[in-house]
Amino acid sequence: MKKKAKNLLPVNYRLIKDLVIKNLSGVLLGICLLVIIAIVIGLSIKSEPLISTESLWNILSSSVWSPMKGNFGFLPFIMGTVWVTLISLVIAVPLCLAASVYLVEYAGNRLRNFVLPLVNVLAAIPPVLYGVWGVLFVVPLIGNYIAPLFGISTTGYSVFSGGIVLAVMIFPIMVSIMVEVLQTIPKELRSVSLSLGATKLETIQQVVLKKARPGIMAAIVLAVSRAFGETIAVLMVCGNIPKIPQSIFDAGYPLPALIANNFGEMMSIPLYDSALMFAALLLFIIILGFNLISRGILKRMEAKNI
Amino acid sequence: MSNINRRLRKERIAKILMQASGIIITGSLFFIIGTILYKGLPYLSLDMITKTPQGGFYIGKEGGILNAILGSLYLAGLSTFLATLIGIPICLYLNIYSKKGSRISRFSKLVFDVLFGIPSIVYGAIAFSIMVWLGVRASLIGGVITITLLTIPIVVRTIDELIQTIPTDLNHVTTSLGATRWESAKVLLTYIKPGLFTAILLAFGRAIGDVAGVLLTTGFSDNIPVYLDEPTATLPLAIFFQLSSPIPEVQGRAYASALILTFIILFIVICTQYLASRQKKHKV
Repeated sequence: MKKKAKNLLPVNYRLIKDLVIKNLSGVLLGICLLVIIAIVIGLSIKSEPLISTESLWNILSSSVWSPMKGNFGFLPFIMGTVWVTLISLVIAVPLCLAASVYLVEYAGNRLRNFVLPLVNVLAAIPPVLYGVWGVLFVVPLIGNYIAPLFGISTTGYSVFSGGIVLAVMIFPIMVSIMVEVLQTIPKELRSVSLSLGATKLETIQQVVLKKARPGIMAAIVLAVSRAFGETIAVLMVCGNIPKIPQSIFDAGYPLPALIANNFGEMMSIPLYDSALMFAALLLFIIILGFNLISRGILKRMEAKNI
Repeated sequence: MSNINRRLRKERIAKILMQASGIIITGSLFFIIGTILYKGLPYLSLDMITKTPQGGFYIGKEGGILNAILGSLYLAGLSTFLATLIGIPICLYLNIYSKKGSRISRFSKLVFDVLFGIPSIVYGAIAFSIMVWLGVRASLIGGVITITLLTIPIVVRTIDELIQTIPTDLNHVTTSLGATRWESAKVLLTYIKPGLFTAILLAFGRAIGDVAGVLLTTGFSDNIPVYLDEPTATLPLAIFFQLSSPIPEVQGRAYASALILTFIILFIVICTQYLASRQKKHKV
């Protein structure tokens, strides 16, 4: 009897429960979607005082950074970020491309199943450990061995060190996306090329890579957006001097490091926190742009393949 | 075609180069862990993980970093818990309550992708400004909120991918048996259970390793936090601060702390790989 009552009454009760959960989760989703709007509005409001005192172009192109005198030129930081990112790309792109091609085209399943999880471990290592590794190994290597080769004396805290550390940090994301992209290339294309007498390498160069080019671009763009935002590891090895680096052995000062180093300390200087928020806004916009680009490319590739 | 030998030689050289790059990439992992192990092991002691900093710890005297270890665990644990609590209903809403491919679910997935890409320093900067605005000092709760925001996209994206792998039949069967959407959602969640833990662990790993987010919001303290509004030490930040000290003894402790963090991360990674393999078996 009791059981029957429990089963009869419930339809309503169960539907109400369903409805409640639906609405609750909908609200949670709504709140999360609002976060991104809140971020944009918050950053804009906070950086507004700086933008209203000087033109955007002046802020971005001036290389004088002396907050005490009210000069906020972002060029050194932008250049610092660009240098570090470019160096890391020059190192990481060829290595990752070659390794991914090898994993997909030459390696057997066993090797692939051994290497890819290891790459995932690399992705799990926190930035600060990369930083420690950079300080322990990369910085002395450059300061004591590589720079003297070129007749330059440096402490090793340079954009080059930052680039190397960053390159290792973007290995995992690049390799995993490139491997995925290469795996989507149909087998038939390879067979056709091989049956025409091309060697495996020629097939890869002329067919596979050509077909995979947009996907590879997407992987690189995504890696760039990761590299732009990387803060602590780069900060630890980069030297942090607000001057435009002239060579790879010069110290640099990337944007995220600027925020991390100065936030909360110099709030009494007028416009300082506004300037830092502007830096955050800049980062946000650049990364948003890169993310959207790479997403668009990957989406288009998917659509083409289906 | 007469130069087939040359073409094949080229291929061999290219293959060697590719193998070399593969070795460099996988080798870098062992190299990083090896470097930290080599430098950190001599300084690792029982005191490091059982004591809080005593007087003069930062000039090389007695003590350990128990405060930072516990602080990090509290912080990561709390924010992962919150992120899971918020993330799972969102995934259910996106995949079960709203129609597949509907505008809201596509748009939300885009937003979570974007949120995932935002660097933690930006989250930290915004959270810090809000805290200043509200007059809250750097505290555990500030860090928890920041890191929760950081980990929600990870949880949502991972679980969302898992739900995509569920055969649609399962949903059809439960629905045809008269289950409400929530009831079939429970069935789906049971189906991806090992994967759920993978997602949670991934988020936990990210939360415990993040510096930029907590740098501004959580502060630093030598005490083990008891209340949510106290400033709290975190492990990555402890590494960062100790490393910038000029005293070799303190720097050594930074290496040892880095080693402890490495152990924690490796433990998490092993658990995730194990659970992921169970999820794979589950599928068959």
